[in-house]
Amino acid sequence: MDYKKAGLVAGIEIHQQLDTAEKLFCHCPTALRETAEHAGEFSRFLRATVSEMGEIDRAAKEEMKRDRRFQYYTYDTTCLVEDDEEPPAPMNDEALSVCLTIGKMFSMTPVPQVHTMRKLVIDGSNTSGFQRTALVALNGTLPNGGEIETICLEEEAAQRVKDEVFSLDRLGIPLIEITTSPCMHTPEEVQKMAEYIGMVLRSTGKVKRGIGTIRQDVNISIAQGARVEVKGVQELDLIAEVVRREVQRQQNLLATRDELKGRGASVDTASAQDITTLFKDTKSTVLKKAKKIHAIILKGFAGLVGREIQPERRLGSEMSDYAKKCGVGGIFHTDELPAYGVTAEEVASLKTHMKAGEADCVIIVAGGSEKQAVCAIGQVVTRATIALSDKPVPEETRKMLETGSSAYMRPLPGAARMYPETDVLPVIIDDARWRAVTIPELLTARADRYAKEYQIDLPYAMQLAGSDKLPLFERAIKEGIKPKLAAFTILSTATELRRDGVDVRKISDDAYLATWHAVEKGQTVREAIPELFRSIAAGSTFEESLKNLAPRVSREELEAIVRKILADRSEFVAQKGKAALGPLMGVVMAEVRGSVDGKMVSEVLRTGIDKALEPK
Amino acid sequence: MKGIYITERDGMAVVKLGSGYNIGVPPKVCTFVERPAPAAVKPVDVKQDSSLPNLSIVSTGGTIASRIDYRTGSVTSQFNASDILVAIPELAEIANYRTIPLATILSENMTPAIWQELARAIHEEIKGGAKGIIVTHGTDTMAYSAAAISFMIDTPVPIVFVGSQRSADRPSSDNAMNAVCAAAAATSDLGEVAVVMHASTNDDHCTIHRGTRVRKMHTSRRDAFRSLGIPPIGKVEYPSRTVTLAPDTVRRGTHKLALHDKLEPHCALVQFFPGMSPDILRAFEGYKGIVISGTGLGHTSTTLIPQLRHLTGASTVVVMTSQCMNGRVCDRVYDTGRDLLDAGVIEGGDMLPEAALVKMMWVLGNEKDGEKAKALMQADLKGECNRRSAHGL
Repeated sequence: MDYKKAGLVAGIEIHQQLDTAEKLFCHCPTALRETAEHAGEFSRFLRATVSEMGEIDRAAKEEMKRDRRFQYYTYDTTCLVEDDEEPPAPMNDEALSVCLTIGKMFSMTPVPQVHTMRKLVIDGSNTSGFQRTALVALNGTLPNGGEIETICLEEEAAQRVKDEVFSLDRLGIPLIEITTSPCMHTPEEVQKMAEYIGMVLRSTGKVKRGIGTIRQDVNISIAQGARVEVKGVQELDLIAEVVRREVQRQQNLLATRDELKGRGASVDTASAQDITTLFKDTKSTVLKKAKKIHAIILKGFAGLVGREIQPERRLGSEMSDYAKKCGVGGIFHTDELPAYGVTAEEVASLKTHMKAGEADCVIIVAGGSEKQAVCAIGQVVTRATIALSDKPVPEETRKMLETGSSAYMRPLPGAARMYPETDVLPVIIDDARWRAVTIPELLTARADRYAKEYQIDLPYAMQLAGSDKLPLFERAIKEGIKPKLAAFTILSTATELRRDGVDVRKISDDAYLATWHAVEKGQTVREAIPELFRSIAAGSTFEESLKNLAPRVSREELEAIVRKILADRSEFVAQKGKAALGPLMGVVMAEVRGSVDGKMVSEVLRTGIDKALEPK
Repeated sequence: MKGIYITERDGMAVVKLGSGYNIGVPPKVCTFVERPAPAAVKPVDVKQDSSLPNLSIVSTGGTIASRIDYRTGSVTSQFNASDILVAIPELAEIANYRTIPLATILSENMTPAIWQELARAIHEEIKGGAKGIIVTHGTDTMAYSAAAISFMIDTPVPIVFVGSQRSADRPSSDNAMNAVCAAAAATSDLGEVAVVMHASTNDDHCTIHRGTRVRKMHTSRRDAFRSLGIPPIGKVEYPSRTVTLAPDTVRRGTHKLALHDKLEPHCALVQFFPGMSPDILRAFEGYKGIVISGTGLGHTSTTLIPQLRHLTGASTVVVMTSQCMNGRVCDRVYDTGRDLLDAGVIEGGDMLPEAALVKMMWVLGNEKDGEKAKALMQADLKGECNRRSAHGL
């Protein structure tokens, strides 16, 4: 694919949670909780408010198509601010400082007076109905020539538990939003950019780590297409694929439009009608449950509604997503029927009833009420009309699906969604404050330094610098642990155990450190670490685990064990000579169950072999 | 970089960028480009259903519908029926509305003089055929105003005070649900002055409180309003709008319409505290009446008693209430109480201090005979003073 020729223009927004002590606008900890631990619940409705221009934001309007009662979980680590029952506290200065640090790392200009805004979001993920956000820095550049447009400091939204239920532990965690200019033209460039920015963010040591703590939104458009924002890309490796698939989708929508035009296709709005009685004896569970079934003819659409425009996505899926906004489960179209319990006879009678020709596609929607069915048909008409129009790719916010395809969420929000947060005072960033911001060492530079200072191989050092356990490594060095021991445990031992099915997340940083100190003090040996970790991961304390390890073997005992093994295998030793050391190491280590340092074993074994080989 | 200049703030020019974000920059870095024509506000046309009951909405400045000012970012209150119905469409299903913009004040700036204007306006509306009245009011002093209107008007129809604890400019505002519940209460069988506000943090029902027995008990929560001394007089479910009234609630049509709009403004509410100097009471010399919010069963320190005796001797009515909020005053248990009674202080029963103050203004405005006024202060006029202290409250 020639992306330059396709006119690909892409930019990204990176949202990264900050690891601050408190939330952005209250004094709660930034702790994530298990939903089972929730201490209370409450429920609310949200309604779109009229903007300063007297209009309701188009994205908000879309969310308003349904009256939704949202349910919220509260915790002993959340407060009335998350409940939208108390005005916000002043902006968290620690979070602002992290943003300024990152801004300086991108050579940006700070905003002299930072104003907090309310961004209208009424999908339930914010109890207030808006997300607080503030523009902190502008106009950055990257070594590769890329441009950062803005850095914003925002509050994280509540986590959706299921359907309309949200958990308030995440709401209000500080989030930095970094927006690049639309300066990228290939899928790979976008991914590289995301990787680089992620590395810079982690270099501050003040960002949260782990799944869900960083999310990328990708803005993509092609020539003749439209700007589409794909939200919520959590895995870095998928970014390029998301871009590729969106380009494919836009190109296919353009091609579909051309084909529809060629066929003289049209949306027959007059054909929309109630066909509930037609399916009164249906075996389809969805249709049987429906109170009202409506249908409409899309003239000349046959085959195109069901044609793939992106892996697992069709024009029909797009129509279905639009219709879902009315509360229906989706749509059926004759390109995919008979299926889902709808029989060939039913399809035939439907087509006859609707007077649909060979080239036409009939869409049916099953609603819980007349209002729902009418609304859903209206949404199908909207989407089908777009497919036929001069701009067949609508500007949309979409959510990424598992494999890199995407589904429609809502229209791109307009400027009408932003208004001032009157409850938060502006913050001044003067020259003195900006000058005082110090830039931390980049992780790439740190990896170089580790390689040099601690004689760790560079790829290993890079891995370490990028690891979640970097703060632990730094702590270990400070506490006098040998760098290689710490690096090896973090990168090899823990990884191997994890692959072996051990839940290494249960091993705390303190347990790592206690283990290393025990090794350094000679209370145990490096080879015993896997066994110790297995025991800790299974629920024992470090002390218990250490006590329950195989008993320490003294040098005398070890020498006795070695003598016995050599005696048992005297022929082998005679045959192999000094080369017997390697194979026999394993035998001895198995015998002492890792409770002796490998160096000591090899030394005793070597002496023993040398002795055995001495001419008698 | 281009943007729209919004306002000046702490020496900085606040500029709105194309993205919608505001930033503050030093004025000297700004260059004037052009002054865009102000955007025309689209007129809205909303149909009212004249077959529904007529309600009048009297606004005192509590915003039931509001809009952000594009330039300053502040909230301006919009007050005509169309604006309200655009913001809260469900209201149109309940009644046919007339709107009376009486005042646009923050409720902490409320005065007895405005209560009088409010009472007269409400009286006019009821006389004109309104089947119910909704008064939109800031929440800070809403309970005082509701008590004042309770005393000033004998009403055959519901007079419902409503407000919001979260401003109307946010999608989560309690204004819409409170307004819908207030309209439901105002068209119900209710026949007294009430406050209708959120019952809990949930958007599921509102409580109907008696105007003389309600108090704001939280600075910010939606369910800040609580009935004290009596159970709530009713509730309104949401979104079903089902109204349930308690057995003792005054029903529509029980009373004939009457206006008694005189108030005596020279009254005060004084909270006693340990170590309080008699000098503070001295400042109230010449006042017609003082409500004391005393400790426990209704006490001040003994050092204040001579000054209180001096005040009552000069015909100032002094009524004792309790800062406990819950329970009844009894100055016959301890020596200090008996000494207070001996000094001419009268017991305020289980009246809330604020309700007692407003009642005092009304009583002293309408009854010039000192002894009769004292008797009225201890009588139950509008449900403010119970003869019995019920369980569980």
